[in-house]
Amino acid sequence: MQPLSASEWAIVTLSLRVSLVAICAVLPLALALAWLLARRQFPGKLLVDALVHLPLVLPPVVTGWLLLMAFGANGPIGRFFERTIGLGFVFHWTGAALASAIMALPLMVRAMRLSFETVDPRLEQAARTLGANRWRTFRTITLPLVTPGILAGAMLGFARSIGEFGATITFASNIPGQTRTLPLAIYSSLQIPGQDAEVFRLACVSVILSLGALVISEWLARRMSGGKSHVL
Amino acid sequence: MSFNVDVSLERASRRIDICFSSEAGLTGLFGPSGVGKTSLLDAIAGLLRPVRGHINVSDKMLFDAEKNIDLPPEARSCGYVFQDIRLFPHRNVRDNLLFGYHLAPVKKRWMRLEEATDFLDIAHLLDRQPRTLSGGEAQRVAIGRALLSAPRFLLMDEPLSSLDSNRRQEIMAVIERIRDELHLPILYVSHDRSEMDRLAGRIIELEH
Repeated sequence: MQPLSASEWAIVTLSLRVSLVAICAVLPLALALAWLLARRQFPGKLLVDALVHLPLVLPPVVTGWLLLMAFGANGPIGRFFERTIGLGFVFHWTGAALASAIMALPLMVRAMRLSFETVDPRLEQAARTLGANRWRTFRTITLPLVTPGILAGAMLGFARSIGEFGATITFASNIPGQTRTLPLAIYSSLQIPGQDAEVFRLACVSVILSLGALVISEWLARRMSGGKSHVL
Repeated sequence: MSFNVDVSLERASRRIDICFSSEAGLTGLFGPSGVGKTSLLDAIAGLLRPVRGHINVSDKMLFDAEKNIDLPPEARSCGYVFQDIRLFPHRNVRDNLLFGYHLAPVKKRWMRLEEATDFLDIAHLLDRQPRTLSGGEAQRVAIGRALLSAPRFLLMDEPLSSLDSNRRQEIMAVIERIRDELHLPILYVSHDRSEMDRLAGRIIELEH
């Protein structure tokens, strides 16, 4: 097998950049949602839970279309970002990052929520009686105990994000160098006869990245729960 | 007055009314399981909100429904020794002991780490992880952690229940020394009458 060509490397690095930015950007939101769903009772909790999970069950093309409605050049949120910080999403790699962040969110929230649920609230109570306020208790007790679960969730989200196709192509389109990530590049190459070798190489990279992220995620989750799997 | 308590608590949709005051150094709370002893300690620590009444410890109002006083747990200066110990699993013994110490204002601290470890004979455990400790060792560390957080009073929830009889004698001696040497008001829960008779200056009996 030939090594990756320069243009194929560019696709791989674009994919990595899109996924890393997506996961880092969505991590605080995933963390907050996971904590909220694991620890708080509030009216409309079921609705929030369902909305978070929606990208998991919707056809990705619908998620992409909804993103286009909201974050597109004429969407209310899209216009806001364009006007305030000059950040556009459509036809731009940030759009691919946004789409894969939304698609990764449900899996991340699920994994992180489970790890919040494994932390014994009685330890947090003990910290409170020892003089720690809520925020300090969260930082010094809860957060260190859920860190493996957070990393597991982030890796799982990364694996999902590397494979994201439908929402990305619908929302951010298939622009070489901007939004043509690994799956989109594989799809594009499949449209052209005689590109089998490129498809094979990119597919191999895709399998290696996803499998690696998944194995690390599973390993972290097992460490967290002392042998039992949480994520898979 | 060490403890002046008149509250109604709700736990698992059951209402518990408790009213007592005590000036003893160590006040024993005695009664069958399920009568609400732990719920009362939780209420005094600020972990469970009473539906009515007041809680006053060493002449400081911690909770008063009518005057809208409800100090958060971290503002109550209460050393709570839990029945299930609750050492932080991700911190070694030293960091468990110092958790509350570092959070207490410097001028309110009244015990140093070396004093606590000598007092409880746990200096040799400082670098150990909580999961490697025996029941008696873990209980002494938990008591040390509570003492080092600069408490104005102690709540002890069956601190001897998980121990064999040798360890019981040892921890009981420690509790007597806390009562006699440190002059700290203690509210002590147990369902063992002989333990109560030995330790408590005053016994409050709770009934269903």
